[in-house]
Amino acid sequence: MSTIEHDQLLLKGLAENDKKSIETIYRQNYSMIQSFVLNNNGSADDARDIFQEAMVVLYEKAKLSSFLLSCQLKTYLYSICRRLWLKRLQQMSKFSTQVENLEETVAVEEEIEEHEKVNNDFILMEHAMNKIGEPCKSLLDAYYLQKKNMLEIAGEFGYTNADNAKTQKYKCLVRLKKLFFAQYKNA
Amino acid sequence: MEDILLLEAVERYLAGEMNLQEKSMFEDLRKKNAELDQLVVEHTYFLQGLDKYGTLKSFKHTLLEVESNLAAEGLMATPALKGKAKVLSLWNKYKRSMAVAASIAGFISLLTLGLTITYTKKYGNESYYELVKEITKTNKEIIVLKSKNVLPAIPIKPEPKVDFMGSGFLIDGKGYLVTNAHVISKMKNIYVENTKGQYYNAVAVYTDNNVDLAILKINDTAFRAVTNLPYSIKRSNSDLGEQFFTLGFPRKEIVYGEGYVSAKSGSDGDTTSYQLTVSANPGNSGGPVINRNGEIIGIITAKDSKADGVVYAAKSKNIFNLLDKIKPEEKYQLKTPVNTTLKGLDRVQQVKKMEEFVYMVVGN
Repeated sequence: MSTIEHDQLLLKGLAENDKKSIETIYRQNYSMIQSFVLNNNGSADDARDIFQEAMVVLYEKAKLSSFLLSCQLKTYLYSICRRLWLKRLQQMSKFSTQVENLEETVAVEEEIEEHEKVNNDFILMEHAMNKIGEPCKSLLDAYYLQKKNMLEIAGEFGYTNADNAKTQKYKCLVRLKKLFFAQYKNA
Repeated sequence: MEDILLLEAVERYLAGEMNLQEKSMFEDLRKKNAELDQLVVEHTYFLQGLDKYGTLKSFKHTLLEVESNLAAEGLMATPALKGKAKVLSLWNKYKRSMAVAASIAGFISLLTLGLTITYTKKYGNESYYELVKEITKTNKEIIVLKSKNVLPAIPIKPEPKVDFMGSGFLIDGKGYLVTNAHVISKMKNIYVENTKGQYYNAVAVYTDNNVDLAILKINDTAFRAVTNLPYSIKRSNSDLGEQFFTLGFPRKEIVYGEGYVSAKSGSDGDTTSYQLTVSANPGNSGGPVINRNGEIIGIITAKDSKADGVVYAAKSKNIFNLLDKIKPEEKYQLKTPVNTTLKGLDRVQQVKKMEEFVYMVVGN
């Protein structure tokens, strides 16, 4: 199999949240990123954070049908990690213009920008979710995230019937929505 | 109520669950009513956001799982332990013994003599200090009582005689546990039992009375090694106000508790431990203190008998000091879990995933 086909396959698996593919990507790239971060004022923990974030960027990209990898996956991942790490260094105001380069890079500025938006949305939703409290949180989680049906949920949470559970679910959703959009107003 | 009906209609519309007639009615209404139109747009946006949040959350969870697998294999480096200057650690040691000496009166261990439960039920809210005395006096008597109470269950192994009871947890899937030194100090035979009711013979590998910690090894052919522990052990100090939960065995069933870190040092400025605000009872000794990310930050050791809710816990980084001491011996190359898979889960799920790795430590 050529590198391109191999990379395409991995990306497909990644988009489907397939554990095997994710593991393979880690195995093939992690040590490179780790040595990059360690060589540039970072710790093993930083390396893990950065790689995780890069994987999220890649995941977001891989899910788009329009996405076409224009270089090797390895180069792409390295470019993203490098950009993310530079950004982090800047925030810590430890920025030194001399960041050692181990590999060739491609331009990934757009990706990082998009990722920041996605990340921001994620944090806002997580905040709202953490604020509504139980049992709302679990109820919404079960219905909207785990996609369980109302009957199952009624049984699990101890509602007498699915309709009651449904009413409760909508009440919770209204609250979540309020909390979620309130953050936009404040921000 | 109206809002809810409206929302339900919007969701059915978006999910394509409406029949043709309903749909055209709804769309007509949308055209005429700007407010409804806005609601549909807003709700679509919101549901998409929720959906994205859900998929990203489960993706992040997979990442953590993969990481913990790879870390267990040693493919990912673990953060290096920052060394402390020798003088400082000597001072800490010295401080510790001073602390113990100075606070004996107000400082009691949470180790329980196995029959506390019976006693508490009988006498209600007596302070634990008195309790210990009483039990030592009537120890024999109660043991007789206890053996009468044991029902003839289908025994695979005979149930051990229990004089002391505490908690502990796995730090290496091969069967190594951490507990308090004082929990096992008086035990001749040590047994550990998990929430599934499986119990195993265990031996003490290393005891450090200074920090009041001990490492046990399950010595039982029936024990099956665990590949992935869901929690990790924190090497750095926790911050003031950090929230945590505890799991332990103040009774024969696992008990959950919640609290926060209230001081960065323990009794009398002892820097190897924290002061916590949490409810803990005899038997909680040796139990893990876990933060919301699923990192173990401490081990419950004792509580103040004079003050309310003042509990002390050994800092988790002491575990690594202990491991370093046994490391020179070839057979004790322990691999502690470096990654937590509990991050981002809600509390009920976190507890479900880790409770089977918290053990009751009993003995006689």
